[in-house]
Amino acid sequence: MSRLLLPQVLRSEAAGAASVTVEAATVGEAIDGLVARHPGLRARLLTADGRLHRFVNLYLNGEDVRYLGGLGTRVGADDEIRLLPAIAGG
Amino acid sequence: MTSSSDLFRQVRATITEISPPEAERLRTAGTVLLDVREPAEWDAGHIPDAIHVPRGYLEERIEALLPDRATPIVVYCATGIRSAYGSATLGQLGYRNVANLAGGIEAWRRLGLPVVAPTGLTTAQQQRYSRHLLIPEVGTAGQSRLLDARVLLVGAGGLGSPAALYLAAAGVGTLGIIDFDVVEASNLQRQVVHTTDRIGEKKTESARRTIEALNPDVAVETFDEALGPDNVERLVDAFDVILDGTDTFETRYLLNDAAVAAGKPVVHASVFRFEGQLTTFVPYDGPCYRCLYPVPPPPELAPGCSVAGVLGVVPGIMGLLQANEVLKLVLGIGEPLIGRLLLFDALAGTFDELRLARDPACPACSDAARATRARGERIDLPTFGDAAALGGAAPLGGAAPLGGAAPLGGPR
Repeated sequence: MSRLLLPQVLRSEAAGAASVTVEAATVGEAIDGLVARHPGLRARLLTADGRLHRFVNLYLNGEDVRYLGGLGTRVGADDEIRLLPAIAGG
Repeated sequence: MTSSSDLFRQVRATITEISPPEAERLRTAGTVLLDVREPAEWDAGHIPDAIHVPRGYLEERIEALLPDRATPIVVYCATGIRSAYGSATLGQLGYRNVANLAGGIEAWRRLGLPVVAPTGLTTAQQQRYSRHLLIPEVGTAGQSRLLDARVLLVGAGGLGSPAALYLAAAGVGTLGIIDFDVVEASNLQRQVVHTTDRIGEKKTESARRTIEALNPDVAVETFDEALGPDNVERLVDAFDVILDGTDTFETRYLLNDAAVAAGKPVVHASVFRFEGQLTTFVPYDGPCYRCLYPVPPPPELAPGCSVAGVLGVVPGIMGLLQANEVLKLVLGIGEPLIGRLLLFDALAGTFDELRLARDPACPACSDAARATRARGERIDLPTFGDAAALGGAAPLGGAAPLGGAAPLGGPR
């Protein structure tokens, strides 16, 4: 099981959950599992054609998946995937 | 009973005295000059290449510094009295070639002989910054660097307020503050540089008053304007380090691009309700803001504090962490958060760290962009003044999009 960590700004679409645990072999499958469980997150994370928005960053155990294998990056049990959108407040 | 003038006469009869021009001749020939004044006097200006041992520590410390009793030494103080006693003490310790500088550094100065420009601190500064001076990593040299530093605060709001207070208290010599807003009642829950009686006043002026009351060492330069394409380069060029305390994506990208082009570090923080993000962008040493976030989210997905709200302490904590990064950069100590993003979660009470990398395809800071700048060419980058109009996923050049499930094979 992989754990997806949700930032505050996305929790309203995930029934307030700070993290969601999903069964997935890749980062992409984990995101699919997340939006299947919380459909409200789909538009926040994915484009109409199912690609990840470029303003959402994903980190697997603290590493940017852009520099790993993108959404195809394999995930194992106990891995943590952090969703990190840009915030601008100051 | 011996009077102090009797004692001085007796001591003076046992020592050799030389004039300032003779001392200067010896100094340029390599003779050691020994300053026996108090540390504050030394810091206010001393003879070049002199060594410093306060009179009270002379017996205790001189042997370690000058073990050879044949070393020629010229001893000086302010007027030649303390150094006369010091010279006699050195004679008692067996030093054979000791001369006292007649009239001390005051006579020396009157003849226009060289004095090291006072890089040290005044007595008042030594008291004010004593807790910094006690830390070996700061000390007089570090405090002088802080006093010489020019730091630009972009925004005197939630992040800029605590940073302004602590950077001013720390003795950062020049604080630039750009903000076009006026103080509103709703700011006061977190923007601690402002006060209730200043509602309606310009934030730059309010911040200036607070800072000047806190520390008169700090010169405040205010810019009562919005950061825009027409002023960003001028402002970035005029400062050493920039603290990004803005609250819009537009200004964050604008600031990033100008700072990368100018090679200036930006200490970045942003907040949302109970969460904060912090990192330090040093051009080409680590990623820039565009490497981290190639495009901004549409505004409806990233509301600012005025829409979403924020727990007041969150920008307080993040702003102080920014100030910490600024101090590290100015002092050249520690490990700045270059290539690391610190996440703060106030509810969980946790800090997490993510690793960030330079995007080899970054339109602002890639090697190709750097080479373009080195040729003297300008790089026009997309601005995000109206992020909503861009749609979320607009391809704008730069990093390869995270599309589908295909592995990107980027740099590890």
